[in-house]
Amino acid sequence: MFDVDRWREIFQSINKNRLRSVMSGFTVAFAILLFTLLFGVASGLGNFFKSAFADDAQNMMFVRVWKTTKPYKGLQTGRAIQLKNTDYNYVTEEYEDQIQYQSARIYKNFSIKYKNEASTYNVRAVHPDHQFLEKTMMDQGRYLNNRDLREKSKVIVIGRLVKKDLFGEKPALGKRVNVNGSSFLIIGIFSDEGGDNEERMAYIPVTTAQMMYGNNDYINQINLGYNPSLSTDAAIAFGKKVERDMRKRLNIHPDDQSALSVRNMAEANKFVGILMFALFLIIGFIGSGTLVAGIIGISNIMIFVIKERTKEFGIRKALGATPGSIVRMVVQESVLITTLAGYFGLTLGTYILTAIGNSLEEQYFIKDPSVSPGIVIGATVVLIISGLIAGYVPAKRAARIKPIEALRAD
Amino acid sequence: MIKIENLHKSYPIGKDSLHVLKGIDLHIKEGEFVSIMGSSGSGKSTLLNIVGLLDIHDAGNYYLNGQLIKDLNEKKAAILRNKFLGFVFQSFNLISYKTALENVALPLYYKGINKKERLKVAMDYLDKVGLKDWASHLPNELSGGQKQRVAIARALVTNPKVVLADEPTGALDTTTTDSVMDLLKDINDEGMTVFVITHEEEVANQTKRIVRLRDGVIINDTLTKVAKAL
Repeated sequence: MFDVDRWREIFQSINKNRLRSVMSGFTVAFAILLFTLLFGVASGLGNFFKSAFADDAQNMMFVRVWKTTKPYKGLQTGRAIQLKNTDYNYVTEEYEDQIQYQSARIYKNFSIKYKNEASTYNVRAVHPDHQFLEKTMMDQGRYLNNRDLREKSKVIVIGRLVKKDLFGEKPALGKRVNVNGSSFLIIGIFSDEGGDNEERMAYIPVTTAQMMYGNNDYINQINLGYNPSLSTDAAIAFGKKVERDMRKRLNIHPDDQSALSVRNMAEANKFVGILMFALFLIIGFIGSGTLVAGIIGISNIMIFVIKERTKEFGIRKALGATPGSIVRMVVQESVLITTLAGYFGLTLGTYILTAIGNSLEEQYFIKDPSVSPGIVIGATVVLIISGLIAGYVPAKRAARIKPIEALRAD
Repeated sequence: MIKIENLHKSYPIGKDSLHVLKGIDLHIKEGEFVSIMGSSGSGKSTLLNIVGLLDIHDAGNYYLNGQLIKDLNEKKAAILRNKFLGFVFQSFNLISYKTALENVALPLYYKGINKKERLKVAMDYLDKVGLKDWASHLPNELSGGQKQRVAIARALVTNPKVVLADEPTGALDTTTTDSVMDLLKDINDEGMTVFVITHEEEVANQTKRIVRLRDGVIINDTLTKVAKAL
């Protein structure tokens, strides 16, 4: 394959016939460009779906309760269900192996006050693992820890926008704020990808909240992160099992969705996975169709080119070129043109995708469209093979040229 | 050098076949300067194609440099052409996008000689045909006579056993015809076997032996005055 002299011959032939070479390369460049754009758009859609769930951890599930809508075991409908610490402890101990993160959650609406600035905020009382479940990112300071919970400390982690509301540009870390009448120490400031609502919020230890406001062991919700080593299907099954288990424990009718339900990210993940698979199947089909059209196109042009060069091949043969050397020359030229043109298309496509960036996210749900390095390597291999296929038929034809016919005086 | 015994060749035309060569016997020794004369349709081009290994004969024997030519596949024919034969064509047949020097060097590429050596040898032969200064010109920048001299240099560059020239002066005017014939004579004087096909008496008269062909048979085979004068 690597023969410096043959490459020289090919470069000369391409270089001296630029228009012809560009024309042959055009179809492939165009096909690859389309292929790249299609693939990029598909991955952009995929990125959008992924980021739509970016607010929370991918493996999150939560148990929430409301009022019963079905009578069960002599209990009436309309009964409010209350989760307690014992329920939380039961789930986390019973399913320890299947759980990566665990946190209870209590919802409160409290006024938070600093000097003359005050406002009412959504305050969540949680366990330390909640940080990972909610994908809370610490900008300053730290999140709640186990010691805070053990000591029922009056500490608070505030959102970026809470800090902005109350402190403006001034530092807030280490300052004390008044939360519903009690003084809390700010130990951290966080941001969250989930949007403004998620950043105009504060977190306090669940134990502190239970002690201060009611002195009970009530919780509103149990949040879990299932073990990431579970398959999607296993995770869905796990969610169902927890749901059945909890209904039994709390004397709820097995079909009462309203009284207790488990919302499981695994189900959404599965849906997105199926959607993406279908999308890539369609794109792959269209993309490879385009590519095949490109290959046939270049092959056609090469056949035309061979006709145009009949005389040249006749001369070469008269001067001692073997049919094999003609085949190798044409195929190599085809591979070179295909690869260069394909790379041009690929680069152009990548540039366009980069230029698009996130500008289509709002309207068309395409976020950060791009092609992965794996696709690029795959495309290179496909291009070389395409060049081989595209060049082979014309090359065979070129090798069959009879010098006498080619050189007949004209 | 070239020995032909009872050579036959016919071409199929529809259901019929056209019998072009009807039993040719010809012996050309090393160092001869032979012309084949004949009107069009006499079979002279067919004979040249067979001698030049560009076509295959139907019956009879053909020995090139003592080797019986039989059952040649394309690859073998290509190698033999490269090794033993140099071609000069009426329409020059230079590759248009290659310079004079590159055209001359091309047969050496197929012989597997490295680029440096190729260009050096090619330059020597261009010098020999008086076109050293034109080495970097493309064919369309050369006159007809110059093109044919480049083609002759290309035919000689592999140092073949026989130079086959098919109407080498057919596309040239009288003056350039003479200069090309002089060049072929010089080559012959150095010992090269030269085999010319022509329909021009003046050209044939400058060779040493004339073989006349009509309707696929040799009707006359004589030495010219040039040969007798030696």
